[in-house]
Amino acid sequence: QKVFRVIPQNDEQVAIINTLASNTEVDFWQPDSVTLVRPKMEVDFRVEADISSEVEDLLKESGMEYRVLIDNLQAAVDAQFDSKARTTGHSYEKYNNWETIAAWTADIAAQNPDLVTRSVIGETYEGRPMYVLKMGKSGPNKKAIFMDCGFHAREWISPAFCQWFVKEAVETYGKDTVMTTLLDSLDFYVLPVVNIDGYVYTWTNDRMWRKTRSKNAGSFCIGTDPNRNFNAGWCSLGASRRPCDSTYCGSAPESEKETKALADFIRDHLSTIKAYLTIHSYSQLLLFPYSYTYDLPSNYEELNTIARDASKQLASLYNTKYTYGPGATTIYPAAGGSDDWAYDQGIKYSFTFELRDTGKYGFVLPESQIKPTCEETLLAVKYIANYVLEHLY
Amino acid sequence: DIDDVGHKYYLELVLEDVLDKDSTVNCTAEVLYHLGSKNVAPDVQFTLEGELKNTDEADNVFYNQIKSLEKELVAENIPDSHGNVSPEMEPIRRLAWVASGYVIWQNSTENTKFHLAQIKRVKQVKRSDEYLEFDYMVLLHEMVSQEIIPWQMTVLWHPQHGVQVTQDSRQPKHASE
Repeated sequence: QKVFRVIPQNDEQVAIINTLASNTEVDFWQPDSVTLVRPKMEVDFRVEADISSEVEDLLKESGMEYRVLIDNLQAAVDAQFDSKARTTGHSYEKYNNWETIAAWTADIAAQNPDLVTRSVIGETYEGRPMYVLKMGKSGPNKKAIFMDCGFHAREWISPAFCQWFVKEAVETYGKDTVMTTLLDSLDFYVLPVVNIDGYVYTWTNDRMWRKTRSKNAGSFCIGTDPNRNFNAGWCSLGASRRPCDSTYCGSAPESEKETKALADFIRDHLSTIKAYLTIHSYSQLLLFPYSYTYDLPSNYEELNTIARDASKQLASLYNTKYTYGPGATTIYPAAGGSDDWAYDQGIKYSFTFELRDTGKYGFVLPESQIKPTCEETLLAVKYIANYVLEHLY
Repeated sequence: DIDDVGHKYYLELVLEDVLDKDSTVNCTAEVLYHLGSKNVAPDVQFTLEGELKNTDEADNVFYNQIKSLEKELVAENIPDSHGNVSPEMEPIRRLAWVASGYVIWQNSTENTKFHLAQIKRVKQVKRSDEYLEFDYMVLLHEMVSQEIIPWQMTVLWHPQHGVQVTQDSRQPKHASE
């Protein structure tokens, strides 16, 4: 069955519609009845499949402006019931608000109990629970990879990637050999949104907010840059001591509840966490230590090679070009970063991703780019995870 | 390094048409950042090796569309929070992009990296001549400081005479709300 939209321009064309309605079974969607049709009005109506081509011929002949609104009504109706998004509001190809993401963490764990466990690692400044998803087939003595998203509130593509990663893990386990091996041999701790308060703020008040939402003593300005708040050369360079600035390092390392919770978790699991990945946007970069100094890490050559190869993997899908290297020279010097801190804790493989794009849309990356961005990034993350698996220490 | 003058950069670039990835033009440029002064724009010299595509048709379509509006154009948040730009607003966005390029050039140093983050508001200003005039409030993202800077720009455009930024001024942080 098809649904047509026509716009009769004059009384003559209205008459044609009237004739049609009296000779055939026409179900008017708008207006409710043929008697209400007037010139210049948008008229939508449904017809049975077997007469749709005759109706179309008639419309063509009449010269009336028309188009097919729904080509196959049954298919459209069926599709609605297939879409989970209709019930939960969650979509992997759209930006989801915090409420939706929080509900999704519960759902995904409930639906995949053998692969996903949800736990709370702490609370944000505004009292929201920080969820982490532990992914992997349970087994003894498993090593782990920790990945977080949503450090900076306005970088919406970042939490979208963490959600995508989880989806791919549960959907391709048992089907994709690489993913199956990874989940069998390793655990992945995925923290979908670190800076939840900031993320919520970008949905309700200021799309361009970056920092946390904590009050600063002695200032009207709110928030600390969570990625300047770790104890790695803290506040020495590339960070600001002023609460009103976007790169404010905080009153002390781990002054923020969110960064403290993350650091505590990693410290508590230090013997098992073998790699640390933190996802940001934008600029299309793959960074590794150090950012707080121009000195190179002891395994610089190895990290550089991994980054080079992971970038190649990423580019293989849509030819998206990434630049890679140590943070200080590749993007800018900046102290207090979580990647440097994790590395100095002994986590040899520590990487920061800056996802699409390079400035055309920047933080407001269109939803149509969520899927391709996530697909290509997944290739790089799987590559790194695989490397780590083959070089466990 | 050029003693007592500043730092000069020699660049080889490839310009790519936003609407046609296969359409490229090579370009060489020299950029001189002046020593000390933060208030002087860097000198830029460039040579195009080839010709830029002719855009007369699209320019005229846009020009006529705006000229035929019953009321002056007004819009907000381009792109919106989810990255959407309606087809009618695409030329408005591109115009802002070009204009902000000028503003960025005028305000760049070796320690800045600006991008146009979003158009907060655009209002068409009625004119008695054939030029189109738009009053933009844009947000510029500065990469090193990570600041979002509201900036006002008055932009003139005409299909044959191109773009002109007749006025621009940095705004205080709350100007965009």
